[in-house]
Amino acid sequence: MKAGVIVFPGSNCDRDLAVAFERAGAQVQMIWHKETELPTDLDIVGVPGGFSFGDYLRCGAIAAQSPITRSLIKHTERGGYAIGICNGFQVLTETGILPGALMRNANLKFICKPVGLKVETTECDFLSGYEQGQEITVPVAHHDGNYNVTDEKLAQLRDEGRIAFTYSDNPNGSTGDIAGVISKNRRVLGMMPHPERCVDALHGGTDGVAMFRSLVDSVVAA
Amino acid sequence: MKVRVDVMLKTGVLDPQGEAVRHALGNLGFEGVEKVRQGKVIELDVAEGTSEAQIKDMCEKLLANTVIENYAIQVL
Repeated sequence: MKAGVIVFPGSNCDRDLAVAFERAGAQVQMIWHKETELPTDLDIVGVPGGFSFGDYLRCGAIAAQSPITRSLIKHTERGGYAIGICNGFQVLTETGILPGALMRNANLKFICKPVGLKVETTECDFLSGYEQGQEITVPVAHHDGNYNVTDEKLAQLRDEGRIAFTYSDNPNGSTGDIAGVISKNRRVLGMMPHPERCVDALHGGTDGVAMFRSLVDSVVAA
Repeated sequence: MKVRVDVMLKTGVLDPQGEAVRHALGNLGFEGVEKVRQGKVIELDVAEGTSEAQIKDMCEKLLANTVIENYAIQVL
């Protein structure tokens, strides 16, 4: 399985994400944002955390207009897999690949700590390695993770089972305690917590391993 | 040609920063401030003849996130 990780100026979780993919058995290549096209043989594209373009204008707004992001949109339209973590999630919502928007945390503070997440669905290749309702612990590190979505859209996300994770104890004011959502075709996952920061015992936890492994296994099996 | 774009959160979208400013004003002894909404002002210097439609396009594509924000265009 081939994974690509997009690197924007200001990305800072790109190498961690690459390691998480590699550990799960993927071949990984880093893709600088000035590239205009993604390699055509990629199975999954990762949009990493960080502060792309200094969070200018809005978090993820400038990265969402990057040429490489246009290629990412095409990749997802073709049914390719993608994951956006933290700033990557903000980029995916700014492009419209995923619904909603991420606003300043309700308490206005940068929150950096492990949080409890509940797995809301397992009908997704990123999530099939977990049990429905399972509680996992994954670190968050963000200032703008307050997920905002209209009531109608929230109802739709619930109806379609597209909420990936909810916070056990909402740290940032997110609507419906939402920590991550998936696309309609269930192949794009966006989440504020950092699964790539819990893939090694030295990280203090390994609850992120199942996500990368189940994804690689499903792609290889397909 | 100068253009000013005001970007504000939509009504109904909770504005935690505005709320914090309101609290701070109260702490300073300013009474009766019932609501504060914080937004941003973007000034553009564009070529003469740039159409309102083009500026609207800039707002829709980049300057505002229309999921949560409204914008108002003013040609100065």
